[in-house]
Amino acid sequence: MTNTENTCPSGTSEMHKNEPAGGKISIRNATKLYDPDGANVLALDNCSMEIEAGEFCVIVGPSGCGKTTLLNAIAGFHGITSGQIDIDGKMLCSGARKADPGADRIVVFQNGALFPWYTVLENVTFGPAVQGKMSKEVARKEAEQILAEMGLKGILHNYPSEISSGMRRRVEIARAMMNDPNVLLMDEPYRAMDALTKTIMHKNLLDVYDRSKKTVFFITHDLEEAIFLGTKVYVMTTRPGKIKKVINVDLPRPRDYKILSSDRYLELKLEVIESVHEEAKKAFEAGERELA
Amino acid sequence: MQTEQTLTVKEVDVKDVQVSSFSLFFFRLKLWIKSPTPYLTLLGLILFILTWWLTTEVWKLPRFEKLPGPVSVVTEWISKDPSYGISIYTPEYYQHIWRSIIRVLEAFGLATILGVPLGLFMGWKKTFKDFTFPVMEILRPIPMLAWVPLAILMFPEREMAIIYLTFLASFFATALNALLGVESIDESYFRAAHCLGAKDRHIFFRVVVPGALPFIFTGLQISMGVAWFSLVAGEMLAGEFGLGYLIWNSFILVQYPVIVIAMITLGVIGWASSAMIRFVGTLLMKWQARGLT
Repeated sequence: MTNTENTCPSGTSEMHKNEPAGGKISIRNATKLYDPDGANVLALDNCSMEIEAGEFCVIVGPSGCGKTTLLNAIAGFHGITSGQIDIDGKMLCSGARKADPGADRIVVFQNGALFPWYTVLENVTFGPAVQGKMSKEVARKEAEQILAEMGLKGILHNYPSEISSGMRRRVEIARAMMNDPNVLLMDEPYRAMDALTKTIMHKNLLDVYDRSKKTVFFITHDLEEAIFLGTKVYVMTTRPGKIKKVINVDLPRPRDYKILSSDRYLELKLEVIESVHEEAKKAFEAGERELA
Repeated sequence: MQTEQTLTVKEVDVKDVQVSSFSLFFFRLKLWIKSPTPYLTLLGLILFILTWWLTTEVWKLPRFEKLPGPVSVVTEWISKDPSYGISIYTPEYYQHIWRSIIRVLEAFGLATILGVPLGLFMGWKKTFKDFTFPVMEILRPIPMLAWVPLAILMFPEREMAIIYLTFLASFFATALNALLGVESIDESYFRAAHCLGAKDRHIFFRVVVPGALPFIFTGLQISMGVAWFSLVAGEMLAGEFGLGYLIWNSFILVQYPVIVIAMITLGVIGWASSAMIRFVGTLLMKWQARGLT
Protein backbone atom coordinates (compact mmCIF):
# COMPACT_ATOMS: atom_id res chain seq x y z
CA MET A 1 0.00 0.00 0.00
CA THR A 2 0.97 3.64 -0.19
CA ASN A 3 3.02 4.96 2.67
CA THR A 4 1.51 7.63 4.81
CA GLU A 5 4.02 10.39 4.28
CA ASN A 6 2.31 13.66 4.70
CA THR A 7 4.41 16.02 2.68
CA CYS A 8 2.27 16.76 -0.29
CA PRO A 9 3.64 19.99 -1.84
CA SER A 10 0.37 21.31 -3.23
CA GLY A 11 -1.65 22.79 -0.43
CA THR A 12 -4.86 22.65 -2.45
CA SER A 13 -6.30 19.50 -0.94
CA GLU A 14 -8.09 20.14 2.27
CA MET A 15 -7.45 16.57 3.30
CA HIS A 16 -4.15 17.59 4.79
CA LYS A 17 -5.40 19.45 7.79
CA ASN A 18 -4.43 17.72 10.93
CA GLU A 19 -6.74 19.68 13.14
CA PRO A 20 -10.39 18.68 12.75
CA ALA A 21 -12.34 21.52 11.15
CA GLY A 22 -15.59 20.50 12.77
CA GLY A 23 -17.90 17.57 13.03
CA LYS A 24 -18.79 17.42 16.69
CA ILE A 25 -22.02 15.47 16.94
CA SER A 26 -24.20 15.54 20.02
CA ILE A 27 -27.18 13.27 20.14
CA ARG A 28 -29.58 14.02 22.97
CA ASN A 29 -32.44 11.70 23.89
CA ALA A 30 -32.98 10.59 20.33
CA THR A 31 -36.08 8.42 20.15
CA LYS A 32 -37.46 6.80 17.04
CA LEU A 33 -40.81 5.08 16.86
CA TYR A 34 -41.61 3.09 13.75
CA ASP A 35 -45.21 2.42 13.04
CA PRO A 36 -45.41 -0.40 10.56
CA ASP A 37 -48.97 -1.81 10.43
CA GLY A 38 -49.93 -0.26 13.73
CA ALA A 39 -47.38 -2.30 15.64
CA ASN A 40 -45.31 0.36 17.34
CA VAL A 41 -41.66 -0.51 17.24
CA LEU A 42 -39.35 1.54 19.38
CA ALA A 43 -36.07 1.56 17.48
CA LEU A 44 -34.24 4.16 19.54
CA ASP A 45 -35.07 4.97 23.13
CA ASN A 46 -33.60 8.14 24.61
CA CYS A 47 -30.28 7.48 22.99
CA SER A 48 -27.64 10.06 23.89
CA MET A 49 -24.03 10.36 22.91
CA GLU A 50 -21.37 12.99 22.42
CA ILE A 51 -18.98 12.50 19.53
CA GLU A 52 -15.96 14.80 19.48
CA ALA A 53 -14.88 16.53 16.31
CA GLY A 54 -12.41 14.29 14.56
CA GLU A 55 -13.34 11.22 16.55
CA PHE A 56 -13.43 7.81 14.95
CA CYS A 57 -16.63 6.62 16.54
CA VAL A 58 -17.58 2.98 16.12
CA ILE A 59 -21.05 1.72 16.96
CA VAL A 60 -21.54 -1.97 17.68
CA GLY A 61 -24.62 -3.80 18.82
CA PRO A 62 -26.92 -6.70 17.99
CA SER A 63 -28.82 -6.75 14.71
CA GLY A 64 -31.84 -4.48 14.62
CA CYS A 65 -30.75 -2.38 17.58
CA GLY A 66 -31.19 0.92 15.81
CA LYS A 67 -27.64 1.61 14.67
CA THR A 68 -28.69 2.28 11.10
CA THR A 69 -31.70 4.27 12.31
CA LEU A 70 -29.32 6.60 14.08
CA LEU A 71 -27.08 6.89 11.03
CA ASN A 72 -30.04 7.59 8.74
CA ALA A 73 -31.24 10.34 11.06
CA ILE A 74 -27.84 12.04 10.95
CA ALA A 75 -27.65 11.57 7.18
CA GLY A 76 -31.11 13.10 6.79
CA PHE A 77 -32.81 10.08 5.21
CA HIS A 78 -35.49 10.08 7.88
CA GLY A 79 -36.38 11.98 11.02
CA ILE A 80 -36.52 11.06 14.69
CA THR A 81 -39.66 11.02 16.81
CA SER A 82 -38.25 13.11 19.64
CA GLY A 83 -34.93 14.36 20.92
CA GLN A 84 -32.36 16.40 19.10
CA ILE A 85 -29.14 15.96 17.16
CA ASP A 86 -26.66 18.86 16.91
CA ILE A 87 -23.59 19.21 14.76
CA ASP A 88 -21.01 21.74 15.94
CA GLY A 89 -23.58 23.27 18.25
CA LYS A 90 -26.12 23.86 15.49
CA MET A 91 -29.33 21.90 15.46
CA LEU A 92 -29.32 19.27 12.71
CA CYS A 93 -32.64 17.65 13.43
CA SER A 94 -35.16 17.21 16.18
CA GLY A 95 -38.47 15.49 16.73
CA ALA A 96 -40.10 18.38 14.91
CA ARG A 97 -37.72 18.82 12.00
CA LYS A 98 -36.02 16.29 9.77
CA ALA A 99 -32.54 17.08 8.48
CA ASP A 100 -31.92 17.36 4.75
CA PRO A 101 -29.17 15.21 3.31
CA GLY A 102 -26.13 17.32 2.58
CA ALA A 103 -22.56 17.16 1.41
CA ASP A 104 -21.24 17.94 4.92
CA ARG A 105 -22.28 14.44 6.05
CA ILE A 106 -21.59 11.80 3.47
CA VAL A 107 -22.70 8.21 3.69
CA VAL A 108 -20.68 5.24 2.48
CA PHE A 109 -23.26 2.54 1.94
CA GLN A 110 -23.27 -1.08 3.01
CA ASN A 111 -23.61 -2.41 -0.51
CA GLY A 112 -21.79 0.44 -2.19
CA ALA A 113 -23.56 3.11 -4.19
CA LEU A 114 -21.16 4.17 -6.90
CA PHE A 115 -23.27 5.04 -9.92
CA PRO A 116 -22.66 2.14 -12.31
CA TRP A 117 -23.41 4.38 -15.30
CA TYR A 118 -20.58 6.78 -14.50
CA THR A 119 -16.85 6.24 -14.70
CA VAL A 120 -14.68 6.46 -11.60
CA LEU A 121 -13.82 10.07 -12.43
CA GLU A 122 -17.44 11.03 -13.05
CA ASN A 123 -18.42 9.40 -9.78
CA VAL A 124 -15.72 11.08 -7.74
CA THR A 125 -16.47 14.51 -9.20
CA PHE A 126 -20.24 14.07 -8.88
CA GLY A 127 -20.47 16.17 -5.70
CA PRO A 128 -18.60 19.26 -6.96
CA ALA A 129 -20.34 18.95 -10.33
CA VAL A 130 -23.89 19.09 -9.02
CA GLN A 131 -23.00 21.69 -6.41
CA GLY A 132 -21.27 23.80 -9.05
CA LYS A 133 -18.37 24.20 -6.63
CA MET A 134 -15.35 23.59 -8.82
CA SER A 135 -14.48 23.91 -12.46
CA LYS A 136 -14.11 20.69 -14.41
CA GLU A 137 -10.35 20.99 -14.48
CA VAL A 138 -9.93 21.71 -10.79
CA ALA A 139 -12.31 18.92 -9.88
CA ARG A 140 -10.43 16.52 -12.06
CA LYS A 141 -7.05 17.42 -10.58
CA GLU A 142 -8.45 17.12 -7.09
CA ALA A 143 -10.02 13.76 -7.90
CA GLU A 144 -6.78 12.45 -9.36
CA GLN A 145 -4.89 13.51 -6.28
CA ILE A 146 -7.34 12.01 -3.83
CA LEU A 147 -7.46 8.75 -5.77
CA ALA A 148 -3.67 8.63 -5.96
CA GLU A 149 -3.41 9.14 -2.23
CA MET A 150 -5.64 6.12 -1.81
CA GLY A 151 -3.47 4.00 -4.06
CA LEU A 152 -5.87 4.18 -7.00
CA LYS A 153 -4.20 5.13 -10.25
CA GLY A 154 -5.09 4.50 -13.86
CA ILE A 155 -8.75 3.63 -13.27
CA LEU A 156 -10.13 7.12 -13.87
CA HIS A 157 -12.04 6.07 -16.96
CA ASN A 158 -13.12 2.65 -15.85
CA TYR A 159 -16.69 1.90 -14.91
CA PRO A 160 -17.36 0.53 -11.42
CA SER A 161 -18.19 -2.87 -12.88
CA GLU A 162 -14.65 -3.11 -14.22
CA ILE A 163 -12.80 -2.73 -10.92
CA SER A 164 -12.64 -4.93 -7.82
CA SER A 165 -15.01 -4.54 -4.90
CA GLY A 166 -12.17 -3.28 -2.70
CA MET A 167 -11.33 -0.60 -5.25
CA ARG A 168 -14.99 0.35 -5.54
CA ARG A 169 -15.20 0.92 -1.81
CA ARG A 170 -12.09 3.09 -1.85
CA VAL A 171 -13.46 5.08 -4.79
CA GLU A 172 -16.61 5.64 -2.78
CA ILE A 173 -14.58 7.01 0.11
CA ALA A 174 -12.70 9.21 -2.35
CA ARG A 175 -16.03 10.45 -3.69
CA ALA A 176 -17.02 11.39 -0.14
CA MET A 177 -13.68 13.08 0.59
CA MET A 178 -14.00 15.21 -2.55
CA ASN A 179 -16.70 17.17 -0.72
CA ASP A 180 -14.52 17.75 2.30
CA PRO A 181 -17.33 16.65 4.63
CA ASN A 182 -17.30 17.16 8.37
CA VAL A 183 -18.62 13.71 9.01
CA LEU A 184 -18.19 10.41 7.23
CA LEU A 185 -21.08 8.06 7.90
CA MET A 186 -20.21 4.43 7.22
CA ASP A 187 -22.79 1.68 7.50
CA GLU A 188 -20.94 -1.64 7.65
CA PRO A 189 -18.99 -0.74 4.55
CA TYR A 190 -16.78 -3.82 4.63
CA ARG A 191 -19.39 -6.37 5.56
CA ALA A 192 -19.36 -8.45 2.40
CA MET A 193 -15.58 -8.55 2.03
CA ASP A 194 -13.15 -11.36 2.64
CA ALA A 195 -10.80 -11.04 5.59
CA LEU A 196 -7.75 -10.27 3.47
CA THR A 197 -9.37 -7.46 1.48
CA LYS A 198 -10.76 -6.13 4.74
CA THR A 199 -7.29 -5.65 6.27
CA ILE A 200 -6.25 -3.64 3.23
CA MET A 201 -9.42 -1.58 3.43
CA HIS A 202 -8.80 -0.91 7.12
CA LYS A 203 -5.27 0.28 6.53
CA ASN A 204 -6.50 2.50 3.74
CA LEU A 205 -9.31 4.00 5.78
CA LEU A 206 -6.96 4.67 8.70
CA ASP A 207 -4.58 6.46 6.32
CA VAL A 208 -7.41 8.66 5.14
CA TYR A 209 -8.54 9.26 8.70
CA ASP A 210 -5.06 10.09 10.00
CA ARG A 211 -4.55 12.55 7.17
CA SER A 212 -7.91 14.26 7.28
CA LYS A 213 -9.12 13.91 10.88
CA LYS A 214 -12.73 13.80 9.81
CA THR A 215 -15.33 12.64 12.29
CA VAL A 216 -16.17 9.08 11.32
CA PHE A 217 -19.41 7.44 12.38
CA PHE A 218 -18.80 3.77 11.69
CA ILE A 219 -21.29 0.95 12.18
CA THR A 220 -20.09 -2.64 12.30
CA HIS A 221 -20.76 -6.11 13.59
CA ASP A 222 -17.10 -6.98 13.51
CA LEU A 223 -15.69 -6.34 16.99
CA GLU A 224 -12.04 -6.66 15.96
CA GLU A 225 -12.65 -4.11 13.25
CA ALA A 226 -14.32 -1.86 15.81
CA ILE A 227 -11.32 -1.79 18.13
CA PHE A 228 -8.72 -1.67 15.40
CA LEU A 229 -10.31 1.39 13.81
CA GLY A 230 -12.10 3.23 16.56
CA THR A 231 -11.17 5.98 18.98
CA LYS A 232 -14.20 5.05 21.01
CA VAL A 233 -16.43 2.02 20.69
CA TYR A 234 -20.09 2.58 21.59
CA VAL A 235 -21.96 -0.59 22.48
CA MET A 236 -25.69 -0.32 21.91
CA THR A 237 -28.34 -2.29 23.75
CA THR A 238 -30.75 -4.57 22.01
CA ARG A 239 -33.92 -2.88 20.70
CA PRO A 240 -34.99 -0.28 21.75
CA GLY A 241 -31.47 0.95 21.22
CA LYS A 242 -29.53 3.22 23.51
CA ILE A 243 -25.88 3.46 24.42
CA LYS A 244 -24.98 0.79 26.92
CA LYS A 245 -21.30 1.35 27.26
CA VAL A 246 -18.56 3.52 25.80
CA ILE A 247 -15.13 1.95 25.55
CA ASN A 248 -12.19 4.24 25.12
CA VAL A 249 -9.72 2.64 22.74
CA ASP A 250 -6.43 4.05 24.00
CA LEU A 251 -4.28 2.39 21.37
CA PRO A 252 -1.75 4.74 19.77
CA ARG A 253 -2.14 6.01 16.20
CA PRO A 254 -1.12 5.48 13.46
CA ARG A 255 -2.16 1.89 13.96
CA ASP A 256 -1.10 -1.15 12.04
CA TYR A 257 -1.80 -4.84 12.24
CA LYS A 258 0.90 -5.40 14.88
CA ILE A 259 -1.43 -3.83 17.39
CA LEU A 260 -3.71 -6.84 16.94
CA SER A 261 -1.38 -8.93 19.07
CA SER A 262 -0.77 -6.38 21.82
CA ASP A 263 -2.03 -7.09 25.33
CA ARG A 264 -4.04 -3.89 25.51
CA TYR A 265 -5.85 -4.81 22.29
CA LEU A 266 -6.79 -8.21 23.69
CA GLU A 267 -8.05 -6.68 26.94
CA LEU A 268 -10.21 -4.22 25.04
CA LYS A 269 -11.50 -6.95 22.79
CA LEU A 270 -12.55 -9.02 25.78
CA GLU A 271 -14.32 -6.02 27.27
CA VAL A 272 -16.25 -5.34 24.08
CA ILE A 273 -17.10 -9.00 23.53
CA GLU A 274 -18.50 -9.38 27.04
CA SER A 275 -20.60 -6.29 26.67
CA VAL A 276 -21.95 -7.14 23.22
CA HIS A 277 -22.46 -10.80 23.99
CA GLU A 278 -24.90 -9.98 26.78
CA GLU A 279 -26.98 -7.86 24.42
CA ALA A 280 -26.78 -10.34 21.59
CA LYS A 281 -28.10 -13.03 23.93
CA LYS A 282 -30.98 -10.80 24.98
CA ALA A 283 -31.78 -10.02 21.35
CA PHE A 284 -31.63 -13.69 20.47
CA GLU A 285 -33.96 -14.68 23.29
CA ALA A 286 -36.34 -11.83 22.44
CA GLY A 287 -36.32 -13.05 18.86
CA GLU A 288 -37.18 -16.56 19.98
CA ARG A 289 -40.03 -15.24 22.08
CA GLU A 290 -41.38 -13.32 19.12
CA LEU A 291 -41.33 -16.45 17.02
CA ALA A 292 -42.99 -18.66 19.66
CA MET B 1 -29.51 11.47 -22.69
CA GLN B 2 -26.42 12.93 -21.08
CA THR B 3 -26.86 16.56 -22.01
CA GLU B 4 -26.64 17.68 -18.41
CA GLN B 5 -23.15 16.46 -17.88
CA THR B 6 -20.91 19.37 -17.27
CA LEU B 7 -18.12 17.20 -16.04
CA THR B 8 -17.62 14.44 -18.57
CA VAL B 9 -13.97 14.37 -19.38
CA LYS B 10 -13.48 12.33 -22.48
CA GLU B 11 -10.05 12.83 -23.98
CA VAL B 12 -7.35 10.80 -22.15
CA ASP B 13 -6.00 7.38 -22.94
CA VAL B 14 -8.95 5.73 -24.57
CA LYS B 15 -6.57 4.52 -27.27
CA ASP B 16 -5.64 1.26 -25.62
CA VAL B 17 -9.26 0.67 -24.71
CA GLN B 18 -10.24 1.02 -28.37
CA VAL B 19 -7.49 -1.30 -29.51
CA SER B 20 -8.50 -3.92 -27.03
CA SER B 21 -12.19 -3.71 -27.92
CA PHE B 22 -11.26 -4.03 -31.60
CA SER B 23 -9.16 -7.13 -31.05
CA LEU B 24 -11.81 -8.38 -28.65
CA PHE B 25 -14.28 -8.23 -31.52
CA PHE B 26 -12.06 -10.40 -33.70
CA PHE B 27 -11.38 -12.76 -30.86
CA ARG B 28 -15.12 -13.20 -30.35
CA LEU B 29 -15.66 -13.62 -34.09
CA LYS B 30 -13.05 -16.38 -34.14
CA LEU B 31 -14.67 -18.09 -31.18
CA TRP B 32 -18.06 -17.80 -32.87
CA ILE B 33 -16.81 -19.40 -36.07
CA LYS B 34 -15.25 -22.24 -34.09
CA SER B 35 -18.40 -22.76 -32.04
CA PRO B 36 -21.35 -24.81 -33.35
CA THR B 37 -23.65 -21.74 -33.24
CA PRO B 38 -23.37 -20.48 -36.85
CA TYR B 39 -23.71 -23.97 -38.30
CA LEU B 40 -26.75 -24.78 -36.21
CA THR B 41 -28.34 -21.48 -37.25
CA LEU B 42 -27.78 -22.34 -40.89
CA LEU B 43 -29.04 -25.89 -40.43
CA GLY B 44 -32.24 -24.61 -38.81
CA LEU B 45 -32.93 -22.26 -41.70
CA ILE B 46 -32.28 -24.95 -44.31
CA LEU B 47 -34.53 -27.43 -42.54
CA PHE B 48 -37.33 -24.89 -42.36
CA ILE B 49 -37.16 -24.02 -46.05
CA LEU B 50 -36.87 -27.71 -46.96
CA THR B 51 -40.04 -28.55 -45.01
CA TRP B 52 -41.86 -25.64 -46.62
CA TRP B 53 -40.76 -26.80 -50.08
CA LEU B 54 -41.62 -30.45 -49.52
CA THR B 55 -45.08 -29.80 -48.08
CA THR B 56 -46.17 -27.24 -50.64
CA GLU B 57 -44.39 -27.99 -53.89
CA VAL B 58 -43.25 -31.63 -53.76
CA TRP B 59 -45.81 -33.61 -51.79
CA LYS B 60 -48.59 -31.01 -52.08
CA LEU B 61 -50.11 -32.11 -48.78
CA PRO B 62 -53.76 -31.25 -48.08
CA ARG B 63 -54.09 -27.76 -46.56
CA PHE B 64 -50.65 -26.89 -47.93
CA GLU B 65 -51.38 -27.37 -51.63
CA LYS B 66 -52.80 -23.88 -52.12
CA LEU B 67 -49.93 -22.14 -50.40
CA PRO B 68 -47.14 -20.64 -52.47
CA GLY B 69 -43.95 -22.67 -52.19
CA PRO B 70 -40.41 -21.34 -51.88
CA VAL B 71 -39.58 -21.86 -55.53
CA SER B 72 -42.55 -19.89 -56.85
CA VAL B 73 -42.00 -17.16 -54.25
CA VAL B 74 -38.31 -16.76 -55.01
CA THR B 75 -38.82 -16.83 -58.80
CA GLU B 76 -41.42 -14.09 -58.48
CA TRP B 77 -39.30 -12.13 -56.04
CA ILE B 78 -36.19 -11.96 -58.25
CA SER B 79 -37.96 -11.83 -61.60
CA LYS B 80 -37.25 -8.83 -63.82
CA ASP B 81 -40.74 -9.13 -65.18
CA PRO B 82 -42.89 -10.39 -62.30
CA SER B 83 -46.29 -11.81 -63.16
CA TYR B 84 -48.00 -9.93 -60.29
CA GLY B 85 -46.01 -6.71 -60.51
CA ILE B 86 -43.98 -7.02 -57.31
CA SER B 87 -40.28 -8.00 -57.25
CA ILE B 88 -36.96 -6.54 -56.24
CA TYR B 89 -36.85 -4.83 -59.65
CA THR B 90 -40.13 -2.95 -59.37
CA PRO B 91 -40.35 0.49 -57.74
CA GLU B 92 -43.79 -0.44 -56.28
CA TYR B 93 -42.13 -2.95 -53.98
CA TYR B 94 -39.91 -0.27 -52.44
CA GLN B 95 -42.78 2.19 -52.31
CA HIS B 96 -44.74 -0.21 -50.12
CA ILE B 97 -41.74 -0.82 -47.89
CA TRP B 98 -40.98 2.88 -47.66
CA ARG B 99 -44.51 3.88 -46.70
CA SER B 100 -44.64 1.24 -43.98
CA ILE B 101 -41.26 2.26 -42.56
CA ILE B 102 -42.23 5.94 -42.50
CA ARG B 103 -45.48 5.16 -40.70
CA VAL B 104 -43.73 2.99 -38.12
CA LEU B 105 -41.05 5.60 -37.54
CA GLU B 106 -43.63 8.34 -37.05
CA ALA B 107 -45.66 6.28 -34.62
CA PHE B 108 -42.63 4.85 -32.82
CA GLY B 109 -40.97 8.26 -32.58
CA LEU B 110 -44.08 9.87 -31.15
CA ALA B 111 -44.54 6.98 -28.70
CA THR B 112 -40.94 7.32 -27.54
CA ILE B 113 -41.03 11.11 -27.18
CA LEU B 114 -44.25 10.97 -25.15
CA GLY B 115 -43.94 7.58 -23.47
CA VAL B 116 -40.41 7.72 -22.05
CA PRO B 117 -40.78 11.03 -20.14
CA LEU B 118 -44.24 10.02 -18.95
CA GLY B 119 -43.00 6.67 -17.64
CA LEU B 120 -39.95 8.28 -16.03
CA PHE B 121 -42.10 10.83 -14.20
CA MET B 122 -44.52 8.16 -13.08
CA GLY B 123 -41.70 6.12 -11.64
CA TRP B 124 -40.02 9.09 -10.03
CA LYS B 125 -42.89 11.01 -8.45
CA LYS B 126 -45.34 8.86 -6.58
CA THR B 127 -48.10 11.48 -6.63
CA PHE B 128 -47.92 11.62 -10.40
CA LYS B 129 -48.07 7.83 -10.59
CA ASP B 130 -51.09 7.61 -8.29
CA PHE B 131 -52.78 10.12 -10.54
CA THR B 132 -52.01 8.53 -13.92
CA PHE B 133 -51.34 4.85 -13.38
CA PRO B 134 -54.96 3.62 -12.93
CA VAL B 135 -56.02 5.20 -16.23
CA MET B 136 -53.06 3.68 -17.97
CA GLU B 137 -53.66 0.25 -16.49
CA ILE B 138 -57.22 0.22 -17.83
CA LEU B 139 -56.35 1.55 -21.28
CA ARG B 140 -53.27 -0.61 -21.74
CA PRO B 141 -54.89 -4.06 -22.01
CA ILE B 142 -57.46 -2.94 -24.61
CA PRO B 143 -56.42 -4.72 -27.81
CA MET B 144 -55.34 -2.39 -30.54
CA LEU B 145 -58.04 -3.69 -32.92
CA ALA B 146 -60.74 -2.54 -30.51
CA TRP B 147 -59.59 1.02 -31.13
CA VAL B 148 -60.21 0.84 -34.87
CA PRO B 149 -63.74 2.37 -34.92
CA LEU B 150 -62.73 5.23 -32.63
CA ALA B 151 -59.61 5.81 -34.67
CA ILE B 152 -61.69 6.12 -37.83
CA LEU B 153 -64.15 8.47 -36.12
CA MET B 154 -61.34 10.62 -34.78
CA PHE B 155 -59.23 10.71 -37.91
CA PRO B 156 -61.22 10.67 -41.10
CA GLU B 157 -57.99 10.69 -43.11
CA ARG B 158 -56.80 7.09 -43.27
CA GLU B 159 -53.15 7.95 -42.86
CA MET B 160 -53.61 9.52 -39.43
CA ALA B 161 -55.84 6.69 -38.24
CA ILE B 162 -53.18 4.10 -39.08
CA ILE B 163 -50.45 6.08 -37.35
CA TYR B 164 -52.67 6.62 -34.34
CA LEU B 165 -53.32 2.89 -34.00
CA THR B 166 -49.65 2.07 -34.39
CA PHE B 167 -48.72 4.74 -31.89
CA LEU B 168 -51.15 3.53 -29.20
CA ALA B 169 -49.67 0.08 -28.72
CA SER B 170 -46.10 1.39 -28.78
CA PHE B 171 -46.87 4.15 -26.34
CA PHE B 172 -48.10 1.90 -23.55
CA ALA B 173 -45.18 -0.52 -23.90
CA THR B 174 -42.71 2.37 -23.80
CA ALA B 175 -44.27 4.19 -20.85
CA LEU B 176 -44.70 1.05 -18.76
CA ASN B 177 -41.10 -0.04 -19.23
CA ALA B 178 -39.72 3.42 -18.43
CA LEU B 179 -41.80 3.34 -15.25
CA LEU B 180 -40.50 -0.11 -14.31
CA GLY B 181 -37.00 1.10 -15.11
CA VAL B 182 -37.17 3.89 -12.55
CA GLU B 183 -38.65 1.56 -9.97
CA SER B 184 -35.79 -0.86 -10.52
CA ILE B 185 -33.20 1.73 -9.43
CA ASP B 186 -31.78 0.94 -6.02
CA GLU B 187 -32.84 3.45 -3.36
CA SER B 188 -29.23 3.90 -2.28
CA TYR B 189 -28.37 5.66 -5.57
CA PHE B 190 -30.99 8.31 -4.82
CA ARG B 191 -29.71 8.62 -1.28
CA ALA B 192 -26.10 8.86 -2.42
CA ALA B 193 -27.01 11.58 -4.92
CA HIS B 194 -28.87 13.54 -2.23
CA CYS B 195 -25.88 13.19 0.08
CA LEU B 196 -23.61 14.60 -2.59
CA GLY B 197 -25.79 17.67 -2.86
CA ALA B 198 -27.86 16.83 -5.94
CA LYS B 199 -31.03 18.81 -6.61
CA ASP B 200 -34.12 17.40 -8.29
CA ARG B 201 -32.97 18.17 -11.81
CA HIS B 202 -29.63 16.47 -11.16
CA ILE B 203 -31.40 13.45 -9.74
CA PHE B 204 -33.57 13.25 -12.85
CA PHE B 205 -30.80 13.55 -15.42
CA ARG B 206 -28.03 11.77 -13.54
CA VAL B 207 -29.85 9.03 -11.66
CA VAL B 208 -33.37 8.49 -13.01
CA VAL B 209 -32.54 8.60 -16.73
CA PRO B 210 -29.34 6.54 -16.79
CA GLY B 211 -30.66 4.14 -14.15
CA ALA B 212 -33.81 3.43 -16.14
CA LEU B 213 -31.99 3.16 -19.47
CA PRO B 214 -31.73 -0.66 -19.58
CA PHE B 215 -35.50 -0.97 -19.07
CA ILE B 216 -36.22 1.87 -21.47
CA PHE B 217 -34.41 0.01 -24.21
CA THR B 218 -36.20 -3.24 -23.44
CA GLY B 219 -39.39 -1.19 -23.76
CA LEU B 220 -38.30 0.31 -27.07
CA GLN B 221 -37.68 -3.15 -28.51
CA ILE B 222 -41.11 -4.33 -27.43
CA SER B 223 -42.56 -1.08 -28.70
CA MET B 224 -40.96 -1.57 -32.12
CA GLY B 225 -42.39 -5.10 -32.28
CA VAL B 226 -45.94 -4.07 -31.45
CA ALA B 227 -45.64 -1.08 -33.79
CA TRP B 228 -45.13 -3.39 -36.77
CA PHE B 229 -47.90 -5.64 -35.54
CA SER B 230 -50.39 -2.77 -35.28
CA LEU B 231 -49.22 -1.16 -38.48
CA VAL B 232 -49.97 -4.23 -40.59
CA ALA B 233 -53.40 -4.58 -39.01
CA GLY B 234 -54.11 -0.91 -39.65
CA GLU B 235 -52.91 -1.05 -43.24
CA MET B 236 -55.03 -4.10 -43.93
CA LEU B 237 -58.10 -2.22 -42.78
CA ALA B 238 -57.56 1.19 -44.23
CA GLY B 239 -54.33 1.47 -46.17
CA GLU B 240 -53.59 2.56 -49.66
CA PHE B 241 -49.96 1.57 -49.61
CA GLY B 242 -47.67 -0.35 -47.32
CA LEU B 243 -46.79 -3.98 -46.72
CA GLY B 244 -49.98 -4.75 -44.76
CA TYR B 245 -52.06 -3.35 -47.60
CA LEU B 246 -49.99 -5.34 -50.09
CA ILE B 247 -50.64 -8.58 -48.21
CA TRP B 248 -54.38 -8.09 -48.01
CA ASN B 249 -54.69 -6.78 -51.54
CA SER B 250 -52.71 -9.70 -52.96
CA PHE B 251 -55.01 -12.07 -51.10
CA ILE B 252 -58.08 -10.48 -52.67
CA LEU B 253 -56.47 -10.47 -56.11
CA VAL B 254 -55.30 -14.11 -55.71
CA GLN B 255 -51.64 -13.19 -56.07
CA TYR B 256 -50.45 -15.61 -53.42
CA PRO B 257 -46.64 -15.47 -53.90
CA VAL B 258 -46.75 -11.71 -53.24
CA ILE B 259 -48.27 -12.37 -49.80
CA VAL B 260 -45.24 -14.40 -48.81
CA ILE B 261 -42.83 -11.88 -50.32
CA ALA B 262 -44.41 -9.14 -48.20
CA MET B 263 -44.41 -11.38 -45.12
CA ILE B 264 -40.73 -12.22 -45.37
CA THR B 265 -39.95 -8.56 -46.02
CA LEU B 266 -41.81 -7.66 -42.83
CA GLY B 267 -39.84 -10.29 -40.92
CA VAL B 268 -36.50 -8.97 -42.11
CA ILE B 269 -37.34 -5.31 -41.52
CA GLY B 270 -38.76 -6.09 -38.07
CA TRP B 271 -35.63 -7.97 -37.11
CA ALA B 272 -33.38 -5.18 -38.45
CA SER B 273 -35.24 -2.47 -36.55
CA SER B 274 -34.93 -4.44 -33.31
CA ALA B 275 -31.24 -4.96 -33.93
CA MET B 276 -30.79 -1.24 -34.48
CA ILE B 277 -32.39 -0.43 -31.16
CA ARG B 278 -30.18 -2.99 -29.44
CA PHE B 279 -27.16 -1.43 -31.09
CA VAL B 280 -28.03 2.08 -29.96
CA GLY B 281 -28.72 0.66 -26.50
CA THR B 282 -25.28 -0.92 -26.16
CA LEU B 283 -23.70 2.33 -27.36
CA LEU B 284 -25.51 4.31 -24.68
CA MET B 285 -24.94 1.74 -21.97
CA LYS B 286 -21.24 1.02 -22.28
CA TRP B 287 -21.12 0.77 -18.53
CA GLN B 288 -23.11 -2.44 -18.73
CA ALA B 289 -21.32 -4.14 -21.58
CA ARG B 290 -17.81 -3.40 -20.48
CA GLY B 291 -18.00 -5.20 -17.15
CA LEU B 292 -15.35 -7.84 -16.69
CA THR B 293 -17.16 -9.83 -14.05
